[in-house]
Amino acid sequence: MKSLGKRLLAGPYLIWMLLFTIVPLLLLVYNAFTTADGSFTVANVAAILDPVNGKPFLRSIGMSVIVTVICLVLSFPLALILRKYSSSKNSFIVLVFILPMWMNFMLRTLAWRLILLNNGLLNHILTSVGLGEVHLMNTIWAVILGTVYDYLPFMVLPIYNALAKIDDDVIHAAQDLGAGQMTILRRIIIPLSVPGIVSGITMVMVPSVSEFVIASMLGGGKVYLIGNVIEQAFNSGYADIHAGSGLSLSLMVLILISMVIYRIFEGEEGESSLW
Amino acid sequence: MVRKRAVDALSKSYLAISLILLYLPILILIISSFNASPRNKAVWGGFSLEGYGRLFQNDMIMQALGTTLALAAGAAFVSTVLGTMACIGMLGMKKRARTWVMGVTNIPMLNADIVTGVALMLLFSRFVDLSFLTMLIAHITLIIPYVVLCVQPKVMHMNMSTYEAALDLGASPGYAFWKVVLPELMPGVVAGFMLSFTMSLDDFSVTYFTKAPGIHTMSTMINAEYRKGIQTELYALSTIVFLLVLLVLFLMNRKAWLRMKKINNRKGDS
Repeated sequence: MKSLGKRLLAGPYLIWMLLFTIVPLLLLVYNAFTTADGSFTVANVAAILDPVNGKPFLRSIGMSVIVTVICLVLSFPLALILRKYSSSKNSFIVLVFILPMWMNFMLRTLAWRLILLNNGLLNHILTSVGLGEVHLMNTIWAVILGTVYDYLPFMVLPIYNALAKIDDDVIHAAQDLGAGQMTILRRIIIPLSVPGIVSGITMVMVPSVSEFVIASMLGGGKVYLIGNVIEQAFNSGYADIHAGSGLSLSLMVLILISMVIYRIFEGEEGESSLW
Repeated sequence: MVRKRAVDALSKSYLAISLILLYLPILILIISSFNASPRNKAVWGGFSLEGYGRLFQNDMIMQALGTTLALAAGAAFVSTVLGTMACIGMLGMKKRARTWVMGVTNIPMLNADIVTGVALMLLFSRFVDLSFLTMLIAHITLIIPYVVLCVQPKVMHMNMSTYEAALDLGASPGYAFWKVVLPELMPGVVAGFMLSFTMSLDDFSVTYFTKAPGIHTMSTMINAEYRKGIQTELYALSTIVFLLVLLVLFLMNRKAWLRMKKINNRKGDS
């Protein structure tokens, strides 16, 4: 009786998730496989193979891979250093790294516009020291730069959390047993940080593969990603919710596949590595 | 020893460079907010507070700010209540059922925001008109998993015997919940509220697809207007937002600050 009463507490949540997570996704699948007059079709989903959509799709995947690799390469040493300089009592230095994340990401992207515009700050500095101008704005590199900047904390934090859990005694024991720095890194630190790395990769890759607003702010409409294609399908003059649903479904399947890989790597202990 | 010192210097400089790169764009926003020449953005046209004056007179920005805060507060509150209830409810479930619930919880968190937004729009546009309420529902759906993620570990590690002891000593279940269970869960609940609040503040994609015409949040307003000559106002807004965040974090971590200061003083003495 007691446990039944308790279980009912989860009721509102379950109803909410059913109504606003499961049902919308079913609706998305339904729209993806039907035409405007309600008959079955696979054309909307197959449209991802059409170069018009396929190219942005591949571009998105490529961009998110580059962004994720850059984030990982920058974050791992950073997380190691943060572990070294912060104790369990004093995580102030870690907080300093999360702080920019608390600012609206559109405002942060706006800052990069200010820097990268052709008459922007970067070019003023470059020309004043005698180097020529660079035209990063409206290229994929500007979008990559902005995306890395926006999502870097999402990579640093999970890796730092995984590293912070490593007991110093384990490292000392390895040192006493004659392990060098590289051996410790390779045999202890990296293997123990895998859950954090996997978590960080997911948290950077999923949002960056579906990115469309950074692409339009820093790419100036010249960098066309799958997110932009989907957005156009729903919100432009020739809105077609069935085509848009089909493409969204393809994007979701891609993420689903990476989720399965994530689960395999994450193993048993993944629940707390997010923060 | 020499090598150790070299590693130390290297890691300190890496830390310093990262911090500079992380804060440089924000610093530039702040400086630009005081720039008197908005036309030619990269040229310093003298110090001016005009951007701030125009910011507070701009109804569109002020309304967007209000909507954003109302949305975040409402959504964070509802999801904290629903999420915490769900975590306690999951205690009464078998492991299998719990795994299913956590699986569903993961969907909005791991799915792309744009897909979540599009799917919710399909649902709303079929049955109701888009309004503030649909935006609220969308935000709750987006952020509720983060509450569950924060509260769930606390519930799992909760000591049930204190609750049972309270019941044995004559407390009603409700009283025992308020006085015994909730205080123990509080750190997780607060973390869940804060995290979900921030997630709601920062959201663009889901809001973009579920928003009612005529209602803007900060993110959608910036997206629609950033080219239209209100840049200085937006930079001023960034400065204020950043200072507020700094203030909140400072207050939250005053203890850490004081401790650091004490340590530094001690170092100075010796």
